[in-house]
Amino acid sequence: MVSIWRYILAGLGLAVLLVGIVAAVYLTLPQSAPGPDLSRSKKTANGLFVASFEPERGVVRQGELQSWLLTLKTAAGAPVEGAAITVSGGMPRHDHGLPTSPQATDYLGQGRYRIDGVKFTMSGWWQLHFGISAAAGSDSVVFNIVL
Amino acid sequence: MRRLISVASLSALAALALLGGCGEPQFSDAEKKTIASLALNTLPSLKVDTTNQYADVPAAAALGSTLFFDAGMSRDGTVSCSTCHKIDRQFQDDLPQAVGVGHTNRRTMPLAGVARDPWFFWDGRRDSLWAQALTPLENPLEQAGNRAAFAHYIKKRFGERYERIFGPLPDLSSVPANATPLGSDAEKTAWNAMPAGQQDDVNRVFANIGKAIAAFERSIEPEQTRFDRFAIDLATGAKPEGNAAFSPEEVLGLKLFIGKANCMTCHNGPRFTDNSFHNTGVPPVDGLPPDRGRVDAVAQVGADPFNCFGKFRDGDESACRELRFMVKDGPQIMRAYKTPSLRGAAYRPPYMHAGQFATLDEVVAHYSKAPPSVEGVSEVHPLDLSERERAALVAFLKTLSE
Repeated sequence: MVSIWRYILAGLGLAVLLVGIVAAVYLTLPQSAPGPDLSRSKKTANGLFVASFEPERGVVRQGELQSWLLTLKTAAGAPVEGAAITVSGGMPRHDHGLPTSPQATDYLGQGRYRIDGVKFTMSGWWQLHFGISAAAGSDSVVFNIVL
Repeated sequence: MRRLISVASLSALAALALLGGCGEPQFSDAEKKTIASLALNTLPSLKVDTTNQYADVPAAAALGSTLFFDAGMSRDGTVSCSTCHKIDRQFQDDLPQAVGVGHTNRRTMPLAGVARDPWFFWDGRRDSLWAQALTPLENPLEQAGNRAAFAHYIKKRFGERYERIFGPLPDLSSVPANATPLGSDAEKTAWNAMPAGQQDDVNRVFANIGKAIAAFERSIEPEQTRFDRFAIDLATGAKPEGNAAFSPEEVLGLKLFIGKANCMTCHNGPRFTDNSFHNTGVPPVDGLPPDRGRVDAVAQVGADPFNCFGKFRDGDESACRELRFMVKDGPQIMRAYKTPSLRGAAYRPPYMHAGQFATLDEVVAHYSKAPPSVEGVSEVHPLDLSERERAALVAFLKTLSE
């Protein structure tokens, strides 16, 4: 009769070996680079405004013309009215611009501007640049969107 | 001790079986999701075309079908839409450049799923299917007719059918036999001499011809292929049966297509197109007129009286967002051409906007090498695919045609 301890010992040995292999594989995997900042709300480049950018209907659909909302507040939290907004952008890794020319089409009150004509034709990393001019001055902000 | 050995060897066998996957094609969850996004069952139902109130009227589609195949719809009675869009050839003609009354400079596009396009022609110089259908009718190299002659022809041949769909035809008794703002000097002079109201009447009949043809073309849709059956089985975990099973070469081609070869950058979604325009460095053809692609089309679609902003559109302007938010300038539209669907592509050479490449091997070799564009900047970067990889891509593309 072989002692039960021998089986337990063998099992433990196999387990240690397995953990070692998994650890070795994990440690030799290439570290994934940190992705772009995906926050949907941020300070503009010179800190004049706080900008938020969200799809108007909540979801991003590839290949569809969609409207988004750009909400602008001052650093003190007051809505920014009467802003002139320019939109540009593209895919940094593909060296190309946007497939459409989105525009600020409507002011919806409380600092909210409708940005219509946004279309993402492929998956990957997109950028939208906004130039913003209002009573407080001119500033810009970039939003990253990854599909 | 013997027991220990048998336990260990059993575990080893189980581990091997897991790793080997029993010879099944292995796709990661991300790859499976990507493959599912290409399958035909994800194609949404066709949207209502509010710019064409007759788009889903059966009698309009029936009249459109008659007109599509009617060689009477041309200057000399020899060319119809179906001369180039051949019904038994995926509605294309197998020629490098289409031949109507004359020799054109562009490859005939197939029509499966055409009603889903936001832009028409290789360069997108029209923005609706009905506005597209009008263009070859008056192109001197295609059907070479003129809108006044078409109005008279419709009244004479199809007056009753027309009126049942579109209402009474206008009085054409004083309309010249031949007149259009785009034709010969004589036709232009005749057009300019017509009162504005009469021009409008003729334009209205002309627009309705386009709307009827578009109603017919909406019925032409892509068909299920071997790839779609494979993709459905992969998504549901069923074992592919018969020709839905992929060979190892086809599996490699699919993996390259959705991965390293970057094909999906543009050829995405269930129609394998992003409906956009790209410069991919395809060379011009010697002897053809200069062709700058999208850059010239932008002005043409903007100036077209039958575009979405024009008065012949039905419904309201909310349907015109593609035109409204169109990219009008910038380096990216120089020699940019529409991404064609790849469904059925394997059996309709030659390829590209002027039939530059005779085979799919040449197409794949072009994208692997990625030569610079003669004008503007190509978006394609060299892939340096091996011969085996290029052949695998071609093998995969064939599964979209079988």
